[in-house]
Amino acid sequence: MIDLLKIKKQYAPKVDARRQNGGSRQVLVCGGSSCMADDSRTLYNTLVKIQKESGSFEVVCVGCMGLCSRGPAMIVYPEGVFYEKVTKADIDRIIKEHLVGGKVVMDKVYNRDDAGNIVPLEKMPFYSKQLKLVLKNCGRIDPINIYEYISQDGYFALEKCLKSLSPDEIIDILSKSGLRGRGGAGFPTGKKWMFTKSAVGDTKYVCCNADEGDPGAFMDRAVLEGNPYAVIEAMTIAGYAIGAKQGYIYVRAEYPLAVETLRKAIDSAHKVGLLGKNILGAGLDFDIELRLGGGVFVCGEETALLESVEGRRGEPRPRPPYPANEGLFGKPTLLNNVETYANIPNIILKGADWYSAIGTETSKGTKIFSVGGKIKNTGLVEVPMGISIKEIVQDICGGVPDGKFKAVQTGGPSGGCIPARYADMPVDYDSLTKIGAMMGSGGMIVLDDKTCMVDMAKYFIGFSVSESCGKCTPCRVGNKRLYEMLDKITKGQGEEGDVEKLKFLCTEVKQNSLCGLGQCSPNPILSTIQHFEDEYVAHIRDKKCPAGVCKCLTQYEIDKSKCVGCSLCARNCPVGAISGEIKKPFEIDQAKCIKCGECFKNCKFKAVTTGGERR
Amino acid sequence: MEKNEKRCNNKLKTLETKLMALKRDGASSMVALQCAQSSIGYINSDVINLISKIFGESPESIYSVASFYPLFKLQQEGRHIINVCTGTACFVLGAENILKEMERLLGISEGETTPDGNFSLTTVHCVGCCANAPVVTIDGKVYAKVKVKEVKNILDEWRGK
Repeated sequence: MIDLLKIKKQYAPKVDARRQNGGSRQVLVCGGSSCMADDSRTLYNTLVKIQKESGSFEVVCVGCMGLCSRGPAMIVYPEGVFYEKVTKADIDRIIKEHLVGGKVVMDKVYNRDDAGNIVPLEKMPFYSKQLKLVLKNCGRIDPINIYEYISQDGYFALEKCLKSLSPDEIIDILSKSGLRGRGGAGFPTGKKWMFTKSAVGDTKYVCCNADEGDPGAFMDRAVLEGNPYAVIEAMTIAGYAIGAKQGYIYVRAEYPLAVETLRKAIDSAHKVGLLGKNILGAGLDFDIELRLGGGVFVCGEETALLESVEGRRGEPRPRPPYPANEGLFGKPTLLNNVETYANIPNIILKGADWYSAIGTETSKGTKIFSVGGKIKNTGLVEVPMGISIKEIVQDICGGVPDGKFKAVQTGGPSGGCIPARYADMPVDYDSLTKIGAMMGSGGMIVLDDKTCMVDMAKYFIGFSVSESCGKCTPCRVGNKRLYEMLDKITKGQGEEGDVEKLKFLCTEVKQNSLCGLGQCSPNPILSTIQHFEDEYVAHIRDKKCPAGVCKCLTQYEIDKSKCVGCSLCARNCPVGAISGEIKKPFEIDQAKCIKCGECFKNCKFKAVTTGGERR
Repeated sequence: MEKNEKRCNNKLKTLETKLMALKRDGASSMVALQCAQSSIGYINSDVINLISKIFGESPESIYSVASFYPLFKLQQEGRHIINVCTGTACFVLGAENILKEMERLLGISEGETTPDGNFSLTTVHCVGCCANAPVVTIDGKVYAKVKVKEVKNILDEWRGK
C-alpha cells in the first residue's frame, strides 16, 4: 500500500524549492493551453534536449501560470525569474547565457523593477492581490506526476476522511465551511452532498461537470490541466461520503489537453492504488470514467449532462426529480463543478473555520476568474470573495490598454454586465445578483467604450439561439424573436417601444423555459437595458451606434484636421479603400469600405471617426 | 473507384472490431459514434447501420444522437478545417470581421466547404486561449491576434498543401 508520508518527504524538498528561491536549478515551462497555442511545446522540447545532454538542470512542464497574455512563459529557479513571451530565438539565448552561463537575461524578465532588480513573483501586482488556494499547485507541479501532488499534501485529505471521519462528519465540515457551487448557481455544496447521501438507493454515482461551455471562461480547463488530482481526490472523498462506487467526469471534447491529462492522471491513480479496489487499505472501492462531450452548450446544464453521459441527446429533463434523488441511470447522483471539487481537499485538511474565515458573510473562500477582453493582463486569477471589480481590473490585470473602462461582463450568455460605476462593489454571489449580473462560472470579459452594448446583447442571444436544444417552445422560439428584435435595432430599424417589447418577451422566456439555458438567456438583454438604456435609445431614436460597432449605423471617416498622414490606416485596410499622400490627410473610399474598423482601431491620433452621416 | 470502395470497406471492418470491443465493455452508442468519428472522419449511413447492428438500437435513434452533437460530422469535410473562434473575448476584439473576411476570400459561408474540397469554414465558441484573441485555428495550428489584413496570407499558407 502507498505510504503518503514517505512520498511527501521524498518529493517535497524539490517541489517546495519552486516557491522560495534556492535549491537546485529547475526550469518550469508553462504547458497551459494558451502558452501551448503560442508553441511552448517547442521550448519544452528544446530544453529537454539540452537537459539530456548536459544534465545540469531539471525541466518540468507545469499547468497554467495565470499570466496568459505574457506567454509563452517559463520560470527559472533558484533565481525565481519569470521569462515572458519566450520565442525560439530567446530560448537559445536563455540556455546559453542563463542556464549555462549563470547570468539572467534581464530584458526578457517580467518580474523586475525599473532599476533592473528581480522582484519576487508574489510581490508583482498581478500576483500580490491574489489568493491561490485552488490554484496553489497550478503552474508549480508536474500535473501528471502523482508524487508531486502528494508532496504538496495531496491525498492527505482522503486519508484523513477514511481514517478518522465518518461520512456525516465530512458533510458537516462542508456545510459549516459555507462552500457554494462554483458552476454559477451557488447552491450550498454540503446540502447537495447531504441530499444525495440520504437519498434511498443501493447504487449511487458521483459526477463532475467539466463541460465548461461559457465562451470566454477557462477556469476549469486550467484546473484540469494543472491540478487534476485535486478533482480526482475530491470525487473519491465524495464516493466515500455519499456511498458511491463509480464516478464520471463529463469533459468538453474541445479541451484535448485536459482530456489527455485526466486520462493519464486516472491511470496513475490506479497504478498506485488511489483509485480502484480497497483504496488506502480502508475498504473503499471507487473508480472514475471519462465521458467526452459533443460540443453542445446545454450539456453543461445538470440534467442534460446526465442524459449525455448516458449516451443520449443532451436534452434537459424537467426538475424535480433532482439528480440527488433520480440522476444518472435513475439513481441518486451527486453532481458538482470542477472548481467546487478542487476546493474540497483543502477544506477537509484545514477545517471549516479556516475556510469560512475567507470571503464575505454569504460567499466563502476564493473564486477563480478568467479575465479577458479589453484588458492588459489577460489570464487566470484566483481572488478572495468580496474583492472589488476595480481591484481585479485595475490592480491585478493592469487596466484597459487604450480606451475607457465601461463595464465587466460576467456569467457569459446567462449573466449580465457590471457597469464601471459599480467598480467598488464587492464580488460575491449576492451583490452581483442584486445589480442584475451574476457570479457565473467565472468568465469575466472587460469592455471599453468601443464595445456596443446592444451588439453585445445580440451576440449572447445569438449564442443562446444556436445552442437552444429546441425541446421547449419559450426558449426555442422566444430567443429567436429576441434576436430578430435586436438585429433590427442594430440595423437602424428600431422603433419607439421596442425596449418595452424586449423587456416583456425577456420576462416571458425566463419564466416559462424548461431549463437554466432559457431561464437565463435573456439576462444579457435585461442587464444591458438596465444599465445602458441610453445606448438602446441612441440606436432606436438617433439611428447612431455610439461605440461605432454596428455597421449599418456607422460610417468611418478621417478627420482632416487630426490626420497627420502616417499611412497606418491605409496599411491596415484589407481592401485598399484608404489612399493619400504621406504627411497629408488620407481619405476613405466609401464605395470600397467594408466597415471592418481596422483603421479606427489602429489610428494613433484619433483621426478616424465613426460619426459620419449614415448611407 | 474500385480501389476507393475497397479502402472504405477495410476502414469499416477495422471500425467493426473496435465497436465490438466497446460493446463488450458496456459503452453507450454515443461512445461508439465518437470512436467512428475519430477513425473515419465523419458519420455516414454505413457507420450508422453498423452501430445500429452492433448495439441493437434503431438507426433512427443512432442518427438522432449523431445529429444532436456538432462534433459529429455528417458529411465529409474539406482537407483543411478552419475554425474561427467567436467566443466572447474574440468577439469583443473583432472576430466577426475576421470571419467576414474569411467568407469573402473563400467565397463560402460559415459551415460550408469550398467547391474544390480544400477548406471547411466553421466557427467555434471559445478555444480557451483568450489571451490570443482573436484566434483562428487551421487543422489545429493556432493563429493568435489575427488582423483582417493577415487573413489572406494565412489562407495562402494552406492553399498549396
